[in-house]
Amino acid sequence: MINSFDIMETIKMIEDEHLDIRTITMGISLLDCISDDIHAVSDKIYEKITRKAEHLVKTGEQIETELGIPIIHKRISVTPISMIGAATNAASYVPLAQALNRAAETCGVNFVGGFSALVQKGFAKGDEILIQSIPEALATTDLVCSSVNVASTKAGINLDAVRMMGEVIRKTAELTADQQCIGAGKLVVFANAVEDNPFMAGAFHGVGESDCVLNVGVSGPGVVHSAIRRAGDCSINEVADIIKKTAFKITRMGQLVGSIASERLGVPFGIVDLSLAPTPAVGDSVARILEEVGLECCGTHGTTAILAMLNDAVKKGGVMASASVGGLSGAFIPVSEDEGMIHAVHEGALHLDKLEAMTAVCSVGLDMIAIPGDTPAETISAIIADEAAIGVVNCKTTAVRIIPAIGHQIGDELEFGGLLGSAPVMDVHPFSAAKFINRGGRIPAPMHSLKN
Amino acid sequence: MRAMLTVAGKDRTGVIARISNTLSDHSVNIVDVRQNIMGGDLFAMIMLVDLENCDVSFPALTAQLEADGVELGMKVHLMHEDIFNAMHRI
Repeated sequence: MINSFDIMETIKMIEDEHLDIRTITMGISLLDCISDDIHAVSDKIYEKITRKAEHLVKTGEQIETELGIPIIHKRISVTPISMIGAATNAASYVPLAQALNRAAETCGVNFVGGFSALVQKGFAKGDEILIQSIPEALATTDLVCSSVNVASTKAGINLDAVRMMGEVIRKTAELTADQQCIGAGKLVVFANAVEDNPFMAGAFHGVGESDCVLNVGVSGPGVVHSAIRRAGDCSINEVADIIKKTAFKITRMGQLVGSIASERLGVPFGIVDLSLAPTPAVGDSVARILEEVGLECCGTHGTTAILAMLNDAVKKGGVMASASVGGLSGAFIPVSEDEGMIHAVHEGALHLDKLEAMTAVCSVGLDMIAIPGDTPAETISAIIADEAAIGVVNCKTTAVRIIPAIGHQIGDELEFGGLLGSAPVMDVHPFSAAKFINRGGRIPAPMHSLKN
Repeated sequence: MRAMLTVAGKDRTGVIARISNTLSDHSVNIVDVRQNIMGGDLFAMIMLVDLENCDVSFPALTAQLEADGVELGMKVHLMHEDIFNAMHRI
């Protein structure tokens, strides 16, 4: 039998340190739902999702009970809808978003991702229609998430798409202004988007994936935090080692849950996303890990270095624990969903510029950040362009999920509730980048994209 | 299937008896058991149990054991053995 200390450690992780499986996400290909009639496509989408994911939530709940580990979200990702809609002559894909929403409601999942387009190099027929449909799609549905990939290391940055997305983000926030602008919280703009990401709002089911697959995202900032605290005074390489060992244990949970779930659902197991995903709960924060390592407040000098170490150690520990690693894999640094990040913004220690630097060394990008409601669309586009440049040059995924707080200013806060938390409105630079953004075209791919 | 049952709380009489009775009532076999008293009065017990012939569902057994725990003033967890093997064995 396993020794008592290890048994009690596992129970403590789950009971006191918020260890959980953040999400099991079923990826479903909709390529076989194509039709020239948008109503027929909607029906096929609804039918396929509800058939494939019929038992997803129930199976997840059963596993939760048996293993005694919470599985917070059960979700669905689908083929980018721009590809599915393109076969129709429809001028808007809002009906397809609504079909996704209905299917998600029927299955009992809390989000469905994939109202998406991949336009890093240019626009195919369905892409612009999808992008223009996003504001209404997100305003008229609750469970649909949207993402647009505007850049890649191979293709460069599609500046036309970047400009468009600044406007789309603003419009989405405006249409949901009476719901704390939450529409923009369900919309991600990516560079180097991955095809097997289980996390929302950026999950979609890539065209290189199988017909149906199950991906798992783990969590556990609280566990890492406690392990570092227990270690007390030790060198930074010892801290890295502690993080590695903890990440290994966390990831093993993901591997176990994923393999059991895929077997019971009769769906191939895709990947484990080696992630540290925070929640607004006290004791479940990535920012607090950075502070535990030795910062007075997250956002001060030294933050980027510690985050780089944390992100790297999480991957090194996790990679051996899983048969197949994928998704975004690394530490997430959303503001509204992390109690410590929110605190750091209130303290005046954490600013947008520092967050941008942090995204160069961790797995995602500017995430769940509220900005003043009067921020011009071109400024939002310029923020996206900067973030895309970091992703493209460093061959990594970056993303922007930014929320113009319509009618709000610095000092205000958007309250989303639940795991989405609350977002203090953060300052942006007042100087315009409109001339740059309006040039349009494409920023060429960097030299190191030529690897063949 | 085998599961790990942990019982922890302030020491008192009848803890092992009560838990064992519940397990026995539902044909659950105790494979291994470890129990110690820590710091004078903290009772901690870990049991490895085999649910092969258990006559109720896993959630029902968990609920019954947790109810026992509430009456005993103890914290009771029943979790699949695999979770511990996955986390602590390479």
